[in-house]
Amino acid sequence: MDRIPILKMGAFLLVTIQVDMHDRLAMALQDDLSNKIVETGARGVLIDISSLEMVDSFIGRMIANIASVARVLDAETVVVGMRPAVAITLVELGLSLHGVRTALDVERGMELLETALADGPR
Amino acid sequence: MANGRLAQVLERHRAQLSSDWIREQTADGVLRDTRIDEAELRGQCDEFLALLVRATLEGGTNVSGPAFAPVRDMLERMARWRGERGFTPSQTALFVLSLKKPIFSRIRVDFEREPGALFQEIWRATELIDSLALLTTEAFQRGREAVIARQQAEMLELSTPVVKLWEGILALPLIGTLDSARTQTVMETLLQRVVETGSEIVIIDITGVPTVDTLVAQHLLKTVSAARLMGVECIISGVRPQIAQTIVHLGVALSDVITKANLADAFKLALSKRGMGIGARTGGV
Repeated sequence: MDRIPILKMGAFLLVTIQVDMHDRLAMALQDDLSNKIVETGARGVLIDISSLEMVDSFIGRMIANIASVARVLDAETVVVGMRPAVAITLVELGLSLHGVRTALDVERGMELLETALADGPR
Repeated sequence: MANGRLAQVLERHRAQLSSDWIREQTADGVLRDTRIDEAELRGQCDEFLALLVRATLEGGTNVSGPAFAPVRDMLERMARWRGERGFTPSQTALFVLSLKKPIFSRIRVDFEREPGALFQEIWRATELIDSLALLTTEAFQRGREAVIARQQAEMLELSTPVVKLWEGILALPLIGTLDSARTQTVMETLLQRVVETGSEIVIIDITGVPTVDTLVAQHLLKTVSAARLMGVECIISGVRPQIAQTIVHLGVALSDVITKANLADAFKLALSKRGMGIGARTGGV
């Protein structure tokens, strides 16, 4: 089965979703990512969804879930590069991903993570 | 075939019918206006008669049949053309209806000896002309509706400008009432511009929105949420005193969104969020 690669960059993990997500893939990603955070002790996770063209309510909820799980494991999560159509769909579905940080692109997402970790209480 | 007799009448007297018909229309005063000249009218009449003769010879008086397709096309074109020139619906329908009298007088001459056939053919002709006139009116209506739809789309586009105020700061001045269709366009245009310009802050100015009810507020919140999902911060500006009171009264939760009374304050905040500012120059030239 395909898996979404998780790359380690310094203190952060970088997840780039390049394919259309289906339910099993999203579940596998949640599993892999939580394991990887614990394994590497990462302080931040950056999820790049700029290639994701279609979302349904399940995928939307999985993105929110993955972010929540990462937060429980003490890693800040930033979702970057959401397309306009995807953003509109998620809002129409009533999923506004409260509590998930967002940024326009990977570069700004990295900056956001760095400042969040520098300012953070820890 | 009984059907063929009307067609024969039409075919035999085509030239005569054409000139009678044009005289009939000029008597109504259509020609006296500047929207159509005689050559054009004659062209339309001759084309229509030619098509009508061929259609009745092939397909009788069944106007929805395949034989009448060219006639229907021609009427559709004619009605749209007249609609665009500002003809009224009655003037457009009269184009077809005024053919009745010339046809009736031809039928009367041809069937003078057979009262039964005379009545039958007149009835047939009436039915034919009436249904063609109805088709014309419908086509006229469709033409008008197409114009209205196009204008609505144009207005929708005109009313949603996204302005770049500064590097990384966009402004969206909203004017007029926000309905669902408009909000959708506004949202799409805004998010598209955000991607194109890579902006991080958007100021939504609602000075020009006359009333904010729960629906409008919900639409605004949706836009803000969608922008936030893309990593863009929204500031709502131009909240007038009455609108602020209404929002509180309606219990709309605008507390997650930064709101400012005017665009200047919002712009100042946006600049300071990006680590910039505007101030008077001290000791300059």
